[in-house]
Amino acid sequence: MQTESDWRPLASLDVLKLRASILARIREFFTKLDVLEVDTPVLSRAATTDPALCSFKTVYSGPGAAKDEPRYLHTSPEFPMKRLLAAGSGSIYQICKVFRNGESGIRHNPEFMLLEWYRTGFDELELMEEVQRLVTDVLTDVMPIDTIQHWCYRDLFVEMAAVDPFTATVAELSGLLQSRYGVTAVGLASDDRDAWLDLLMTHVIEPRLGNGLVFIRDYPASQAALARVRPGDPPVAARFEVYLNGIEIANGFHELADAEEQQRRFERELQQRCKAGSEVVTMDEKLLSALRSGLPDCAGVALGLDRLLMLASGSRQVQDVLAFPFHMA
Amino acid sequence: MASYSTNEFKGGLKIMLDGDPCAIIENEFVKPGKGQAFNRVKIRNLKTGRVIERTFKSGESVEAADVMDIDLQYLYNDGEFWHFMNTDSFEQLAASVEAVGDAAKWLKEQDMCAVTLWNGQPLAVTPPNFVMLAVTDTDPGVRGDTSGGGGKPATLETGAVVRVPLFIDVGEILKIDTRTGEYVGRAKE
Repeated sequence: MQTESDWRPLASLDVLKLRASILARIREFFTKLDVLEVDTPVLSRAATTDPALCSFKTVYSGPGAAKDEPRYLHTSPEFPMKRLLAAGSGSIYQICKVFRNGESGIRHNPEFMLLEWYRTGFDELELMEEVQRLVTDVLTDVMPIDTIQHWCYRDLFVEMAAVDPFTATVAELSGLLQSRYGVTAVGLASDDRDAWLDLLMTHVIEPRLGNGLVFIRDYPASQAALARVRPGDPPVAARFEVYLNGIEIANGFHELADAEEQQRRFERELQQRCKAGSEVVTMDEKLLSALRSGLPDCAGVALGLDRLLMLASGSRQVQDVLAFPFHMA
Repeated sequence: MASYSTNEFKGGLKIMLDGDPCAIIENEFVKPGKGQAFNRVKIRNLKTGRVIERTFKSGESVEAADVMDIDLQYLYNDGEFWHFMNTDSFEQLAASVEAVGDAAKWLKEQDMCAVTLWNGQPLAVTPPNFVMLAVTDTDPGVRGDTSGGGGKPATLETGAVVRVPLFIDVGEILKIDTRTGEYVGRAKE
């Protein structure tokens, strides 16, 4: 339903000013640390192969393209930033809009602002400390952070849901969800263990995380995404997630640098996409070339700035901090 | 058979769940950055009125429920069924005791009611917000008592019992709010 006042922004001017000041503080933070701000393309020939992500697709036609060529809007600037790292950029950061098709809700806008940064010579533990410093610094005077918790993925599940996420079967997970927490799922495959763990995470654990900053690390190897996997019993992904007041705000990795392993993950994800009936996209060969030439040892993290602003301004939904959310764009 | 994908979910949508017609009350999109997307949905079972929660894997489809709301005129109760009529088509429909539920005590012949139909059959009956009903039994009225304090029970022509002021007498027509079951006032003739 269109009304005459629909042109007006949704976010208040105060919130827009808070966004500007948070962006300025982030740039100040990285300038002091001598981390270089970079800019990489939004449109790419290749797309993420992550089966849980869906890229917006568009078409280029014009000089250089005799036929229409598909282009994908990035879901994160990760791959071109790694090409910069492999070319010797040193530590870098970027603030950009990213695009995820199909993601719309009170915590999701299909386009959103990401802060992504990479620190050469860091592992994920050192980067977690830097995330803590950045969030604390940026939110000074706005929302003081009183409590900080650190959890390993396994301990968190054992403590908050009384289940071992590394050994429980799907039947045990679904039984626990239904009988103890009243969570009944429709359409989840019985062989998709990670989806059941995600269900437990979003429905049971996240609401119990409490206020303040929560770092979760040592994810199951099956959820490594682009993190390296540390051998052990069981092997765990060098991946971490950051929650603020129970809401996911960031995800980081000690970055996988092994080109062959990266290619195997791309291929496995493309098979999963094929099986799920999703588009089988073009994998990023240029990233693989960059990894083969050598990615410096580094850790990287992506932080959702709209969510951070939502929490900092005490808003209930992410749309409230956007001048023009998706449905008004 | 019509169906809806989770992308069509919104408040008010009627779907089939476990063989029963249901209405979506609330739909929330939930997705970890690196993980499975879900639609977390609050649903009212239209047969029982119970509210339950279900989580759908995003992209799943569910069968649509053939449910519609329509205004029908209440005609009479034959002891087993409550009979209603569509005043446009004159078609008559019979509602079971389960469908009528608590509405039964407010139903007066010729009143218009909102009837929820599932596959063309009455599933639930909502009485008008206000009904005018005669008092069939109550203690004799206390003339001049307008204190409003206390009050007394009165039985109405439909069998409902409501609390009324002391000055009300048998035979008077009262206006009742069916949502609260409370006396509003005397009907103005």
